[in-house]
Amino acid sequence: MPDDVLEIRWHGRGGQGVKTAAMLFAEAAFEGGKFIQGFSDYGPERSGAPIQGFTRVSDKPITLHNFITEPDVVVILDPTLLGTVPVAEGLRPGGKVLVNSSRDPAEVAAVLGVDASQVYVVDAKTISLEVMGRDMPNSPMIGALVKVLGTVELPWVNETFEKKFGAKSKTVVETNVAAIKRAYDEVRGTSK
Amino acid sequence: MAGPSVQSLKLPLTGNDAAAYAMKQVNPDVVAAYPITPQTELMQTFAEYVHDGEVDTELITAESEHSAMSACVGAAAAGARTMTATSANGFALMWEVLYIAASLRLPITMTVVNRALSGPINIHCDHSDSMGARDAGWIQLYAENPQEAYDLLLVALKAAENHDVLLPAMVMYDGFIISHTMEVVETLPDEAVREFVGPYKPAYAMLLDKKPFTVGPLDFHDYYFEHKRQEIEGMLHAPAALAASAAEFEGLTGRSYGPLETYRADDAEVIMVALGSTAGTARYAVDALREQGHAVGLMKLRTFRPFPAAEIAAALGGAKCVVVCDRVVSFGAFGSPTFAEVRSALYEVPERPLVINYIYGLGGRDTGPDLLEQAFEEGLRVASTGEIKEHVGYLGVR
Repeated sequence: MPDDVLEIRWHGRGGQGVKTAAMLFAEAAFEGGKFIQGFSDYGPERSGAPIQGFTRVSDKPITLHNFITEPDVVVILDPTLLGTVPVAEGLRPGGKVLVNSSRDPAEVAAVLGVDASQVYVVDAKTISLEVMGRDMPNSPMIGALVKVLGTVELPWVNETFEKKFGAKSKTVVETNVAAIKRAYDEVRGTSK
Repeated sequence: MAGPSVQSLKLPLTGNDAAAYAMKQVNPDVVAAYPITPQTELMQTFAEYVHDGEVDTELITAESEHSAMSACVGAAAAGARTMTATSANGFALMWEVLYIAASLRLPITMTVVNRALSGPINIHCDHSDSMGARDAGWIQLYAENPQEAYDLLLVALKAAENHDVLLPAMVMYDGFIISHTMEVVETLPDEAVREFVGPYKPAYAMLLDKKPFTVGPLDFHDYYFEHKRQEIEGMLHAPAALAASAAEFEGLTGRSYGPLETYRADDAEVIMVALGSTAGTARYAVDALREQGHAVGLMKLRTFRPFPAAEIAAALGGAKCVVVCDRVVSFGAFGSPTFAEVRSALYEVPERPLVINYIYGLGGRDTGPDLLEQAFEEGLRVASTGEIKEHVGYLGVR
């Protein structure tokens, strides 16, 4: 909506950590001194049901309190939502779409009906399985988003994971940070 | 105003986190509660503070909200600083005890996370819960965001406990829209909060006072009216107590909390009135329309009880049209509660603005700046033609 607020809409399915991703990305931006909002749309809480999360980031206080309907960025944690849920609806002209997918950006762009230059892909499922031992795509998607946007920096993300999970389990922090870094390195668009 | 006198700590908190954090810092003697979405996370977080020994509160997990508020009444009458929180149907189940808490002059402080009343069953935000209790004798403050959810709870508690007032206070914020949204919240150090609220000094305490007395006996046509008149007097003292509490709080934080707040309203021909999170969204609608050259502004109403009629008349009196947005319907009434009272407050203004009413956002219906711009546009039409087509309209309903 406003030009000085970065608006991110997250799509996934119940159980994939969509809400957590929206909140964690906001918290990482907070670590970097930004003003933030992290929230989600609460429907009937069912595993597998389509879920939306939202993150706003700005250098100024944010007083908007509605859903994000014209996102700058859409992040899709579950590729089976493509063609099922209108994930790219309202995407701003020139906006970016980041998808958890092993396909090429151009193929995904064709399904979404957006220009290939707007699309970025990362195989968060494989990264998550290999690094964390389970299919939990939200952390790698955060790493990929950091690369695609450039607004939030990796050390802020790492610090957030350390603060939130450090007291509970070092392993949780380490595997998440590793998955985030790998997705950061592996995310690809048409130009890179 | 000088800057804040205390160093704050910024934290990323949801509305529920923020209210729980304020309760932790107050460290009340007794909390009695029952969980209900979207209040549940607040009480869950507070219960963790109790479990971890961060507070020494006696936490009573009651079997219903009726029991929870009854336990609060008992605890407060015994002389305990007492707090609780609820939402929607749970709030409705407290109903008869709300009046008892107020009439016994027990300064219980409660967070109400606004949620639509069933039916149909709905867990999302509107103000039908707290608006229904506007005549219960409680101070009512509406918070816009997690920061205000934190701040106003502290300001309200201190005003409620003021011996000129001695009435319970509730602080509202919007279910999910605020309760589950993380924002940056500036928190005070624990010592600063404890010093601000001070040690609890109940006016009367059944378990602490040397002289025994009875609480809540029969009170018929001989004295009931006089006791109600005293209760009214307590509410009449609430504005000064709220102002004093807010002034002290402003000294600590630099954040100012009057009964209302205006935005670009000084020269506005059309002023929107909104409560809670929608006031924040409305600022974007104001900015967009100002950019197009329209003289529009906003009045955010923070204190609903005691209703700041004189301040409202002063804030809105210069407008040609006032657009009152309310997230509640009052069936069979002439407009929503805020509409009716704002319109009444303007009756003696020399050049009375025309007043229109929009009901919006029931059951959590998403309300963005575009919808609010529609309401402003009708306000601009009314301002230029002097003609009201419909006093009450509905925003964003299909």
